[in-house]
Amino acid sequence: MRQFDITAPTTIDDAVDGRHTFLAGGTTLVDLMKLDVLTPPRVADINALPLRGIGADEGGHSDNGNAGHGLRIGALERMSDVAEHPDVPPAVRRALTLSASQQLRNMATIGGNLLQRTRCGYFRDTTMPCNKRTPGSGCSALGGNNRGHAVLGTSDHCVATHASDLAVALVALDAEVRLVGSDGARTTPLADFYRTPGDTPEIETGLRDGELTTDVVVPHPERAAHSTYVKVRDRQSYEFALCSVAASLDVRDGVVVDARIAAGGVGTIPWRLPGVEAALRGEPATESAFAAAAEVATHGATPLTHNGFKVPLLRRTLVRALLELAEGSTR
Amino acid sequence: MNIALEINGTTEHLDVAPGVTLLDALRERLGVTGPKKGCDRGQCGACTVHIGGRTALSCLTLAATVTQPVTTVEGLSTPERLHPMQRAFAEHDALQCGFCTPGQIMSAVAAADRGLAEPDEIREFMSGNLCRCSAYPTIVAAVRDGASEEGRADATV
Repeated sequence: MRQFDITAPTTIDDAVDGRHTFLAGGTTLVDLMKLDVLTPPRVADINALPLRGIGADEGGHSDNGNAGHGLRIGALERMSDVAEHPDVPPAVRRALTLSASQQLRNMATIGGNLLQRTRCGYFRDTTMPCNKRTPGSGCSALGGNNRGHAVLGTSDHCVATHASDLAVALVALDAEVRLVGSDGARTTPLADFYRTPGDTPEIETGLRDGELTTDVVVPHPERAAHSTYVKVRDRQSYEFALCSVAASLDVRDGVVVDARIAAGGVGTIPWRLPGVEAALRGEPATESAFAAAAEVATHGATPLTHNGFKVPLLRRTLVRALLELAEGSTR
Repeated sequence: MNIALEINGTTEHLDVAPGVTLLDALRERLGVTGPKKGCDRGQCGACTVHIGGRTALSCLTLAATVTQPVTTVEGLSTPERLHPMQRAFAEHDALQCGFCTPGQIMSAVAAADRGLAEPDEIREFMSGNLCRCSAYPTIVAAVRDGASEEGRADATV
């Protein structure tokens, strides 16, 4: 690992000076520093900052009008603690429980999880071209091993998937992320926070220089009480998603009143599926209706040499998640 | 930089570079070689220790950021008196080469502390501890046995 300086700010103002790379759980940053993929000269250990707590939203650092109607999760809360908290909606708890390993879940934070870097093997290998790591050097995955890569939101410059399970669940549930920088605080929908690669794959989010994630807010968590997360992977545990679906379903008298759905493992960002949601509304909560709506999910998908299986896999994972919710529906 | 680490109940003072991991501090500076360096990338679990009572990977933890007490496999027992989980691993022959075993034991003790008894729960909780000899069936059996024995041992205190 290259040499660097480390500080441990105790106030948010001290942390957001724009000069430091933030270290929370360290499970992404320390790993990528060992690989020389990231070489920050200055690191700020932010674990002493007051960014904890899981509970009713009181507005946090910026009041978006949703205060009192959301569930706030402090950015420094650990994945394992959030996974076991009873107030957290099922889709989020399950996405966390199915992530990584117990040791990593004990270490990694919610803020860090949302900002984790892709697991694309070419991004992690400094001997290979990668536009995300070294802009303009080329994409090794396009002509290389791309079985695990994305089929949605890709470009000629990058086809890497976003690795977070949590982000998929939060995007489906319309979560917002709160940020603080030297210019003050702001709130943004998590779905708008992520950027597809286009011709600048090195830019992954709307995070500004020095900005710090302070909280995640799930608005109206009671509306996500009937939600789930289905993850398909090569191993039963401790593996990233080949495909995953987070869904929240509202069924009344056998008819879908509302659905909120996002997919993981298939997109360059957590992939909300508004077309599928629209196709489901007003339809009967049956397997055939779910399968018809799922067709919409893969419109525009662009499979690569090795990942064509993800196109039907996404449709089937989607149907499985919806069936699970429909069968468990009490109304 | 000067840091203080509480390792197995003893406070240790060290001068380390910011990039030194807890694993290297333990093994290279303090002679605590129970935690093993397998992958050194947070993938194999051989370096598992308890930090603040929870399992963590010492290879992805910078020593300078550790503020809570650390327990390694050395902290569980004495040479004369093994921890019930260690005895269970020996009785079930839950290892072949033994390299992953200190990390397995640390996760197993945490699993027992949480009262996990079902094989599926144990497998999920322990999935971050790889065993390249693939002793998994006996590891799961040992964790179940060690957990019940730990419970009995606690009850007699």
